[in-house]
Amino acid sequence: MTATSTWIMITATALGTAALRAAGPALLDGRQPSNRVRRVLDRLAPALLAALIVVNIAVTDRRLTVDARLAGLAIAALALWLRLPLLLVILGAILTTAVVRII
Amino acid sequence: MDGPAAIAASAVIFSGSAQFALVAVAPQAGAGAAVTAALLLNARYLPMGLDAAPSLTGSAGQRLLQSQLLIDESWAVARRSDGRLDREALLVTGGLFYLAWVAGTAVGVLGTGLVEDPQRFGLDVAYPVTFLALLWPQVGSGDGCGAALAGGAIALALTPWTPPGVPLLAAALGALVGRRPR
Repeated sequence: MTATSTWIMITATALGTAALRAAGPALLDGRQPSNRVRRVLDRLAPALLAALIVVNIAVTDRRLTVDARLAGLAIAALALWLRLPLLLVILGAILTTAVVRII
Repeated sequence: MDGPAAIAASAVIFSGSAQFALVAVAPQAGAGAAVTAALLLNARYLPMGLDAAPSLTGSAGQRLLQSQLLIDESWAVARRSDGRLDREALLVTGGLFYLAWVAGTAVGVLGTGLVEDPQRFGLDVAYPVTFLALLWPQVGSGDGCGAALAGGAIALALTPWTPPGVPLLAAALGALVGRRPR
């Protein structure tokens, strides 16, 4: 891959990404969405958060995988259920994942 | 991608998933396929931007500028208990991540090979676990539960069959699942 095509690739990705980030606010253009639209928009967060968790925990190279990360997530869920502070939730998950990887 | 290109990419793209996609796809499939993969991954900014739009203020130009600090982390961290976004938190988190991202890339370029695989320490679960903590109260409130289950299921189902990015984008359809207004 030549240096020129690398820079063209970076520029194209940067412009496309900026456009995607700006598209939402540009489409709504300062208006407040109707209640019905608002309700769907409010549910975008849980839907996307759940998907982000799935692809970061259970996916390796496009394959569904069960590994140490799932143990870390399970411990985090337990800690959240016990209402432990966020820092403990994250540290518990990191430690669990690391320990399971060693085993 | 050499050092200067990597640092420039962090400064102008500011999106880890897209940048990793470029590096992973370009050598085998070429620049066009790499850009397509990266933009497919970032297509999630469309629904995220729609979600964030009512929280941004100022003129049209200012709002579009603010939208450029939209990343997974700032979008997630800025969420308030009422489900809307805190504009200050979004901008501060996005700005800090931008500085850390560019500086971190520079450190990475200079120190290539010095650091061992961070996965060994389990650090890679920090983000998804943070996402879980943010999702937790929204699932408890009832209406978010169906959307979360649907979004997660869509991502799981599509992952083996579609290019990376499509599962995340399609998961936005999970937002249509929920109680009808009375």
